[in-house]
Amino acid sequence: MTSAVPWNAERALEIIGAHAGRPGPMLPILHALQAEFGCVPDLATPVIATALNLSQADVHGVITFYHDFRRVPAGQHVLKICRAEACQAMGGEGLSAALLTRLGIGWGETTADGGLTVDAVYCLGLCACAPAALLDDAPLGRLTTASLQEALSA
Amino acid sequence: MTRIFVPADAAAIAVGAERVARALADGLAQRGLDATIVRTGSRGMFWLEPMVEVETPAGRIAYGPVGVGDVAGLLDAGLLTAGNHPLCLGKTEEIPFLAAQTRLTFVRCGIVDPRSVADYRGYGGYAGLARALELEPDKTIAEVTLSGLRGRGGAGFPTGIKWKTVRDAPGGQKFIVCNADEGDSGTFADRMLMEGDPFVLIEGMTIAALATGATQGFIYSRSEYPHANATMNAALAAARGAGLLGPDVMGAGFAFDIELRVGAGAYVCGEETALLESLEGKRGVVRAKPPLPAHHGLFASPTVINNVLSLASVPSIMAQGAAAYAAIGMGRSRGTMAVQLAGNIRHGGLFEAGFGLTLGELVMEIGGGTATGRPVRAVQAGGPLGAYFPPSLFHTPYDYEAFAAADGLLGHGGLVVFDDTVDMAAMARFAMKFCAIESCGKCTPCRIGAVRGQEVIARILAGQDVDANISLLEDLCATMKFGSLCALGGFTPYPVMSALRHFPEDFRRPARAA
Repeated sequence: MTSAVPWNAERALEIIGAHAGRPGPMLPILHALQAEFGCVPDLATPVIATALNLSQADVHGVITFYHDFRRVPAGQHVLKICRAEACQAMGGEGLSAALLTRLGIGWGETTADGGLTVDAVYCLGLCACAPAALLDDAPLGRLTTASLQEALSA
Repeated sequence: MTRIFVPADAAAIAVGAERVARALADGLAQRGLDATIVRTGSRGMFWLEPMVEVETPAGRIAYGPVGVGDVAGLLDAGLLTAGNHPLCLGKTEEIPFLAAQTRLTFVRCGIVDPRSVADYRGYGGYAGLARALELEPDKTIAEVTLSGLRGRGGAGFPTGIKWKTVRDAPGGQKFIVCNADEGDSGTFADRMLMEGDPFVLIEGMTIAALATGATQGFIYSRSEYPHANATMNAALAAARGAGLLGPDVMGAGFAFDIELRVGAGAYVCGEETALLESLEGKRGVVRAKPPLPAHHGLFASPTVINNVLSLASVPSIMAQGAAAYAAIGMGRSRGTMAVQLAGNIRHGGLFEAGFGLTLGELVMEIGGGTATGRPVRAVQAGGPLGAYFPPSLFHTPYDYEAFAAADGLLGHGGLVVFDDTVDMAAMARFAMKFCAIESCGKCTPCRIGAVRGQEVIARILAGQDVDANISLLEDLCATMKFGSLCALGGFTPYPVMSALRHFPEDFRRPARAA
């Protein structure tokens, strides 16, 4: 479950400052900002750029390169479903297609009530108990329509 | 007090180990039984997870797969005295899947408490570093070279030679970087090891540092591995607390510390130079080689960059000697490989054994064929950039050179099994799609080729000019293979071309929707 607070430049500067002295601080900073604010909003770009003495283009380039960083917050819960080969071999694609149809959303989208975001991931390292997913930080394996439904309604 | 072992491995938790551990704790309390639950890694027999073990004078006795509903019955049957129960599997070490293995790298995984330095030392940990401290760095490197250890990340480059290059490179600051960005589908050995025996990785990196003169290490792990990261960080803190990392490692007068860094969902960062860029805080874009990371690596310093399994193999090589390690295996593939059996397979899990078993033995005998009970149609070896093998190639020995001769690769040791319902043309299209999603964008054959590859396969699936489009696809694959900067674009042709070669009928079926 995500518990993000609204963007606050002062708080962001504190977070950046806590990491800025480390070698190669960019990724730790972006992860920490996303943990705090639920995303790395566009407003963060000039703040990070100034703090690290980089151009805004450099910072924007990094944020947008990595699949993990969101520019708007996700829903209350995030379900990451594996779409890689091992999960495909166990019917993962059919399982996720049925879920998305039921929820009325596509990959990377959030339900209308803001309750759930469904993201695609490529491998969770749970390939011997496929199909697999990660609900927030809870791993789910040997998924069936019923067990996925149970996990989502818990 | 009797000890009960329940895995806290992410895959065991994914099938209910956390709920089983809670039910066990409640059941023990209700019955007033005197026992303690130890959370371990997994033994790597995932079809038996959640697997519960109990310590007896005769060794550990296993039960599995245990559901929450089985816990009361197990306690009634006398779990603490290894009572009989339909879920009883006998002595863990005698389970055939485990008994048939040669566990060197994973010898403690599933046995020890992964956060306990005392447990690690109690099971032979730090004997390798102790020996390295007695030897000159050159002797340590010679030992690793003589063992025949080759990079377990997939490239198979001799580890000792890489270390020697870094040792000989001029430069004050040197780094040890562990590539734990295990993104290949069908692989989970790095994750299991970081969750089950993280100190062996810390010890391996420390030996590398001592041998090459590095003072700082980084482990680059994945955001998809929250459990591994938590265990690894706990182990790093415990190692610092015990003086095994820090300004004076083991009181031997050398400094070395390790920091865990977490990636952000980019597969290409498993490529070593993209990983270094990412560690430096940049886009994970591949660097052209040369210069090699050994000369010009992290922050332009000489850098050893090795996979988790390569580094974690070193402590046992140092403790038992290079000759013992080199005595296992076949041809130029020495020692053991952690083969990961995944996908549609009955006995999925981690099987560590000397090189040389055949693919068929691994999939059919050890893995037990498919989980669905249908015939095996294809096995993808070596992750999303690895070739698909049909059963007619099951005689291929598990060996770097033999797989290369069959136009495949071992990669990081994953085997993903598919039954006869698989559409291999769709899998070929997926390989191109994955490459397009994950391409770093630096080189044209990968960035553009993968997109064009998807389009060409879509036309083949739609039945348009099939012969012309297949020949176009072959041409495109040759361009990607020989023209790409790194293995992402360069190896995507392996799954595509192997699907085309071994399963041509799937490319000539009646038209299907894209």
